[in-house]
Amino acid sequence: MTAPDITPPERLVPPLGGFNVTALGLEVRRMLRNRRTLMFIVVFPSLFFFLFGLSTRGPRAPSPEIVAFIMINMAVYGAMVGTTAGGAAVAVERSLGWSRQLRLTPLRPAAYVVMKVLTAMVLGFVAVATVFIVGALNGVHVAPRVWVLSFLAAWLCSLVFAAFGLFVGFLLPSENVMQFVGPLLAILAMFGGLFIPLSALPPVMQTIAKFTPVYGVGQLARAPLVGGFTSVAVFNVAAWTFLFAIGAMLLFRRDTARV
Amino acid sequence: MEPALAVDLRNLTKRFGPVTAVNNLSLQLESGEIVAFLGPNGAGKTTTIDMLLGLTRPDVGTARVYGRLPADAIARGEVSAVMQNSGLLKDFTVRETVAYTASLYAHARPVNEVLERAGIGSIADRRVQKCSGGEQQRLRFAMALLSDPRLLILDEPTTGMDVQGRRDFWSAIRKDAAQGRTVMFATHYLDEADAYADRIVLIRQGVVVADGTTAEIKNLASGRVVRATLPGANLDALKVLSGVTHVEVRGEAVIVNCTNSDIVARYLLTSTDARDLEISSMNLEAAFVALTGDDAEAVEVSQ
Repeated sequence: MTAPDITPPERLVPPLGGFNVTALGLEVRRMLRNRRTLMFIVVFPSLFFFLFGLSTRGPRAPSPEIVAFIMINMAVYGAMVGTTAGGAAVAVERSLGWSRQLRLTPLRPAAYVVMKVLTAMVLGFVAVATVFIVGALNGVHVAPRVWVLSFLAAWLCSLVFAAFGLFVGFLLPSENVMQFVGPLLAILAMFGGLFIPLSALPPVMQTIAKFTPVYGVGQLARAPLVGGFTSVAVFNVAAWTFLFAIGAMLLFRRDTARV
Repeated sequence: MEPALAVDLRNLTKRFGPVTAVNNLSLQLESGEIVAFLGPNGAGKTTTIDMLLGLTRPDVGTARVYGRLPADAIARGEVSAVMQNSGLLKDFTVRETVAYTASLYAHARPVNEVLERAGIGSIADRRVQKCSGGEQQRLRFAMALLSDPRLLILDEPTTGMDVQGRRDFWSAIRKDAAQGRTVMFATHYLDEADAYADRIVLIRQGVVVADGTTAEIKNLASGRVVRATLPGANLDALKVLSGVTHVEVRGEAVIVNCTNSDIVARYLLTSTDARDLEISSMNLEAAFVALTGDDAEAVEVSQ
């Protein structure tokens, strides 16, 4: 028998290890179709914003600055849940065996991880944008500089949680990983001053809070409005991103070696 | 330059702890062959295929696909596979799953074309979650067709399917194989091997125990089985008799597979103390059991 004449003259390896925007677009669409994900990144943060920021009217209503403050906090909360969910999607895909299916394609493991991070960042973007739009439509007035800088800080610093999501995703191969992670995120959000101002906590707690991973993101996102741009906050974001990324990378190596 | 073999496995060995899943296995496939990789559960079929696809690293030995390392062959779309334990994303539609996979290749066939060829064009917009096992398997098949691979690997592709599902799946494969693709499929269904392969490789405990054309394997199965009670039988004397293909001992009984039962029966009744002699004809099922049973010995049929 002779070789079948069904092949192109030369078979090529795809560029960028198979990374491409078509796949990325399909991924994002799939994630945004998930009702539970939408609930957590679109509905809840806006709901909390209404609850904490807009429910009280009349003389006891919070000042416009506090309403804006709460809006930024809820945007950070939405972004951290969104990016964590995006990263933690690897847990679902591993438990379903999709990762194994992808091993049968040209997609390189590193390109897969990059796509996961970018998908997570898109979810984070959607979360921040939703809360900011809801805020703008409900009378939040801040300087354009604050809109832009707070948006960018809340969104870009949520990279730390994309890394966290990946770390958890490679740690726990479970379809229900977000059920474990959700409550943990709520506690971390508290230490990040997202639900109550940090100054309302006892001094010991305030010190501890500085070492938790939401602290930096929260500080930096609120800084354009109220100040507080400190090197501690920058270092906090950088250090946690680095730690989670290293952790995710080590687990990822173990994972690809085993499959 | 000599054309590269579609599959070239040399001296593959893989151990999992104390268990040797694949034991010094060598196998060569020419381009265009349709080969059934047949054996009972746990014979080492999936482990061998995993090594052929680079999903598992062999402890010893080498695997090449069209002269390339497995990972490189996959990256270039030379080989693709339908695996029994690979997953699908439940919240993608059928079409999205194929489009996603297509985007990962340097060159891919059009999505609609592979959907049609796999016979799932009509359910393209259905969520994977809502697809039956057979439909999901044809979806995996559609994904495997995207790169127009020169070699297609199918690992127990019809496990868990109902009769109709199996029939639909094989009719899609058969239509496709007519184009001259090399196909290697693992199965433990004899009828599938018989109906779709032109070569059968029988594997047991990680070792190839028989390798031949379907006709040769059937020949092996077309003989007769002579069974007699004979404690302390002289196996070597039986093995050298004309037409004897296989001898084994079960308790006090000796079982001889052969092409000429008269010779064996005459020998047993005249030269030994054998009693309770029975002669029965053997089918493919019996050959399979004889070759893959726990106490079977290796037989070479393709000389």
